[in-house]
Amino acid sequence: MISSGSNTLSRWPTDRLLLWLLRGVATIAGAIVLLIVVFLVVEALPVLRHVGVARFFTDPSWHPAEGFYNLTPMLWGTLFAMVGSVLIATPLGILSAVFCHYYAPPAIARPYRRLIELLAGIPSVVYGFWGLVVLVPLIGAIRPPGPSLLAGIVILTIMILPTIALMADAGLANVPQQYLRGAAALGLPRWATIRGVVFPAAKSGLFTGVILETGRAIGETMAILMVCGNVVQTPHSLFDPMRTLTANIALEMAYALGDHRAALFVSGLVLMGMIAALVGAADWISRGRIYG
Amino acid sequence: MNQCSLSFMLKKYAAPVALSMAALMCVPPSAGAQGTVADQLTGKLVITGSSTLAPLIAEIGKRFESLYPRVRIDVQSGGSSRGVADARQGLADIGMVSRAMKDDERDLSAFPIARDGVCPILHQENPVQALTDEQVIAIYTGKVTNWKEVGGTDAPITVVNKADGRSTLEVFLHYFKLKNVDIKAQVVIGDNEQGVKTVAGNRNAIGYVSIGTAEYDATHGVPIKLLPIGGVSASTESVQKGIFPLSRPLHIVTKTPPVGLAKAFIEYAQSKAVHDLIRQQYFVPLAD
Repeated sequence: MISSGSNTLSRWPTDRLLLWLLRGVATIAGAIVLLIVVFLVVEALPVLRHVGVARFFTDPSWHPAEGFYNLTPMLWGTLFAMVGSVLIATPLGILSAVFCHYYAPPAIARPYRRLIELLAGIPSVVYGFWGLVVLVPLIGAIRPPGPSLLAGIVILTIMILPTIALMADAGLANVPQQYLRGAAALGLPRWATIRGVVFPAAKSGLFTGVILETGRAIGETMAILMVCGNVVQTPHSLFDPMRTLTANIALEMAYALGDHRAALFVSGLVLMGMIAALVGAADWISRGRIYG
Repeated sequence: MNQCSLSFMLKKYAAPVALSMAALMCVPPSAGAQGTVADQLTGKLVITGSSTLAPLIAEIGKRFESLYPRVRIDVQSGGSSRGVADARQGLADIGMVSRAMKDDERDLSAFPIARDGVCPILHQENPVQALTDEQVIAIYTGKVTNWKEVGGTDAPITVVNKADGRSTLEVFLHYFKLKNVDIKAQVVIGDNEQGVKTVAGNRNAIGYVSIGTAEYDATHGVPIKLLPIGGVSASTESVQKGIFPLSRPLHIVTKTPPVGLAKAFIEYAQSKAVHDLIRQQYFVPLAD
């Protein structure tokens, strides 16, 4: 009873087996990420070596067939689409979870939750197709040409909404019952309870939801490819067409050769860098404050 | 090493089974003759060159391999010039060239296997019926941005271009003597179907796609129309006849007149048996 954890673990051969199994699995998971990065670097190296890193940010345009490799417009495109959709989807998703938990009668809350889960399961190409045949002509009627940053943001918002809604839902479900009873005993109204008690208690779950939806927004390819117009330019308004880094790879990979192909791997590296920065930023924001 | 011995074993034991299956499935009347041909054809063909042709040749190769199980066909892309160079230097048995043969390439034996045609498409309700080459160039370089300037309604033009590296883009740029840098597009698309959907969903769009795709969709109720080029109507028929200007022949080439396996493969690639594969890749089979 008094023995420490490690002693207990080492006493049973099955435990030792499990320990090594887990170590092995963890090593594989870590190694896969590292191998992906190594692979990206190796594939991108030829073009990085004789074109240089700087030209990927200073060239006049992205025309790899003619030897121009500027990635910055696509970097901005990816960022704008991501920030726009996260800004809209986050409050909507959290409020949807709040509604589901504290305001909706059970007869509505259950089917509503199933509906959101269904939304999460629809493949992205279906969203893209809907965007192409419904949303894009609609936007085109307001301000031509139609395929635009706005279309991308709307599609991405719909796509990441279920992620944040379900994560927030799980986060709210984990708030201890005694907190709510305590608030009720103090006579707090429902909204004050949610704002003052539930949100602070559930912030780690909500934050995880935001990170996950942001990752999905950065990585989404197919739907974005279909509705954004894919013109390589920094969008100056919501109605300008633009291209994201993911769409760039998907569009050109099939027929890219030599330097062009390597340049697409540089796009992949930049994406990887963005995700790493996101994770780093999340880590920094949450340090000791959210998960603590 | 492991893989080597595995494939060796597979070949050793699977070949007789596969052979007898092929003999059973192939052609009942002349099964004996087929069997002997299948016995004779062994070895490996290396085919390199045009990335436009590579998917088609790979499909033909797969079907050829299933007919002659002891044959392996290795297809690598790398551009038409690599196809010519590899065939010349003997690095490849057959080269793939997705254009007309040049005068200084007469030393190679060239075999056309299909044609590739590209045509501009508009929405069906666009009143414009035809555009001159100069008008197309002006629209694609951003000098003309409204349909009323070329005889249409007063509406801004949505220019739909292809992503870098696509063969349709190459054909288009080559014919109109444009550079991709000069093109001012509002939408950039990947494959042909995406182009058709974009134009079908936008009354003021102009795009260009493979004729095979455009013709199929237009006859199946998609609201697009195919624009003629230089007075020649855009259809697989005019591409087949070789009179449509925005088209090119697709060749496979060998250094010397082919014999044996290479000859059998080229004859097969030119036969009617692969016309369905050619249409699947949106190319146009040659007239027989």
